[in-house]
Amino acid sequence: MFLKKVLASAAVIATVALSTTSALALTVGFSQIGSESGWRAAETTITLQQAKDRGIDLKFADAQQKQENQIKALRSFIAQGVDAIFVAPVVATGWDSVLKEVKEAGIPVILLDRTIDSSDDLYLTAVTSDFIFEGSVAGKWLVDAVDGKECSVVELQGTTGSAPAIERKEGFEQGLAGSKVSIIRSQTADFTRTKGKEVMESFLKAEGGGKNICALYAHNDDMAVGAIQAIKEAGLKPGSDILVVSIDAVPDIFKAMMAGEANATVELTPNMAGPAFDALDAFLKDGTLPPKWIQSESRLYTKDDDLQAIYDLKKDLGY
Amino acid sequence: MNSLKRYAPQLTTLAIVLLLNYLVFPDFFKIEIANGKLYGTLIDVLNRGAPVALLCVGMTLVIATKGIDLSVGAVMAICGAVAASTVDSGGGVFMALSLALLAGLICGIWNGVLVSVLNIQPIIATLILMVAGRGIAQLITEGAILTFNDEGLIFVGSGSIFSIPMPILIWIAVGIIVTFIVRRTALGMLIESIGINQRASTFSGVNARVLLILVYAVSGLCAALAGTIAAADIRGADANNAGLWLELDAILAVVVGGTSLLGGRFTLIGSLIGAMIIQSINTGILLSGFPPEFNLIIKAAIIVIILVIQSPALQSKYIEYRDRRETGKTPVGKDAAS
Repeated sequence: MFLKKVLASAAVIATVALSTTSALALTVGFSQIGSESGWRAAETTITLQQAKDRGIDLKFADAQQKQENQIKALRSFIAQGVDAIFVAPVVATGWDSVLKEVKEAGIPVILLDRTIDSSDDLYLTAVTSDFIFEGSVAGKWLVDAVDGKECSVVELQGTTGSAPAIERKEGFEQGLAGSKVSIIRSQTADFTRTKGKEVMESFLKAEGGGKNICALYAHNDDMAVGAIQAIKEAGLKPGSDILVVSIDAVPDIFKAMMAGEANATVELTPNMAGPAFDALDAFLKDGTLPPKWIQSESRLYTKDDDLQAIYDLKKDLGY
Repeated sequence: MNSLKRYAPQLTTLAIVLLLNYLVFPDFFKIEIANGKLYGTLIDVLNRGAPVALLCVGMTLVIATKGIDLSVGAVMAICGAVAASTVDSGGGVFMALSLALLAGLICGIWNGVLVSVLNIQPIIATLILMVAGRGIAQLITEGAILTFNDEGLIFVGSGSIFSIPMPILIWIAVGIIVTFIVRRTALGMLIESIGINQRASTFSGVNARVLLILVYAVSGLCAALAGTIAAADIRGADANNAGLWLELDAILAVVVGGTSLLGGRFTLIGSLIGAMIIQSINTGILLSGFPPEFNLIIKAAIIVIILVIQSPALQSKYIEYRDRRETGKTPVGKDAAS
């Protein structure tokens, strides 16, 4: 009787163990920076979603903006014997020793949305956006939108000296090259709505009440949202009197586009995990080495897209 | 006349900064009415300067007691978030304003209790809320920018009465009311006495403990108004960026306005002029069209010059020089002595 019971329970345990191992075919550790911005919250949501859809067991670690927390997380992932590690590195330096430990443990590492200064044989690949490309998409859209006619643009820059500000400016200028569209004023608004509004107010005053301005280019959507209010308060129509193009594609800019107050936005996709999982699958299946840099998609959204649908999709991602 | 003379250094500085602005942008003093509202760069200075001007009112009183309030920027973020989430969940503008003011009051009293009851140094006591406050604000907005469409609350930030934008009316009203209260009663003098020597004033019967809590509470209330205006202005509460570094601008405005960080004598009107000097510099830089890399250098250079001109060492040299010249011509007059 007793023996029967033991055997039965052993069988139950065995089946449970078997089913768990088969369901959790792949375990991936993900060390996220934190949740300092809406975009990052959306990235976390999408990464968790992607893992769930693919039946991957994702071990999530929030580093709260600290590199030492990320290093600890990486070491604990090694101890847990995960199959792969995703890292969104908070800083570019200081990764050599921990990544060597990961490499010795034979675990592939994929960097998400930021790169590091270490030698590139310490990681499998990096999935990041190309800020220069984003800027050039915005610039080319504007040149097309004004049919190659003359157009004076005011530019709201991101935080002075930051990589997105420098590269989105450079890319936009590349996009304008050879056209009659030119930047007449450019000032930083620190990526914030308040500054976006304040700086736009001064642009409007400085350029004849806005009569000389044909378009606004903002390095992120938040500054554009602030600037749109300044344009309205000056008695002009954003979207028609002054064209508005910005980058990021956060939900609020879709609201503005639906109201006809913004014209275009280039998406900084929060889906860095999708391409990362694809590269990892191919690598684990037959050892295909991905390129060292995978560029994430930078899609352009205009009024021709189904804005309501995209807004509905984005509004619950945690932006 | 006498009072004007007292503010002569601040008013001269303001005039010079405004003149500089006029030189880089000739339409600087042009004011017209657009959409039933005063419209012009000078109006922008008064309007954009509202948050710092409001913070200055509370900060001046705190600094007069030899204290400092580093938390005002974070309190702005908290109160803006409270106001936004109130209208977001169906409350009206009055409810939003009251709750925001209540939140500011609680933050202020917290700082006041730390400083006066627990005797923690003000810079450390208020640093706690400066760091933690933004986290509290993020909890309220759940990390995102909380946007709203409540016309009543938006009116606080971008509406106008008699064509004058609301933020301007609010900071001028608060400035007048607080000045009236502290100068028409003995309150101002009692605050100054705490700043000069807290123990001596306690021995002579001043209730320093209550007064200290009071000045930090006023600072919290001012920050609450500033935070509500900042949120209403952009129709959203941005917990990460609302009021960021504004505590430093407020302290600077108080110092430029002629109140010493060592406590004691204070001038609210001077601080408000100081706030306008700083905003004029900011607006001037935006209008000048220089590349943004120069913004901070220009601002720093102008402020260094202002502070050097106002420095006690230079002032006493100037008075010495003037006295020597005047005694050469005429006997020492009343003016030369002042």
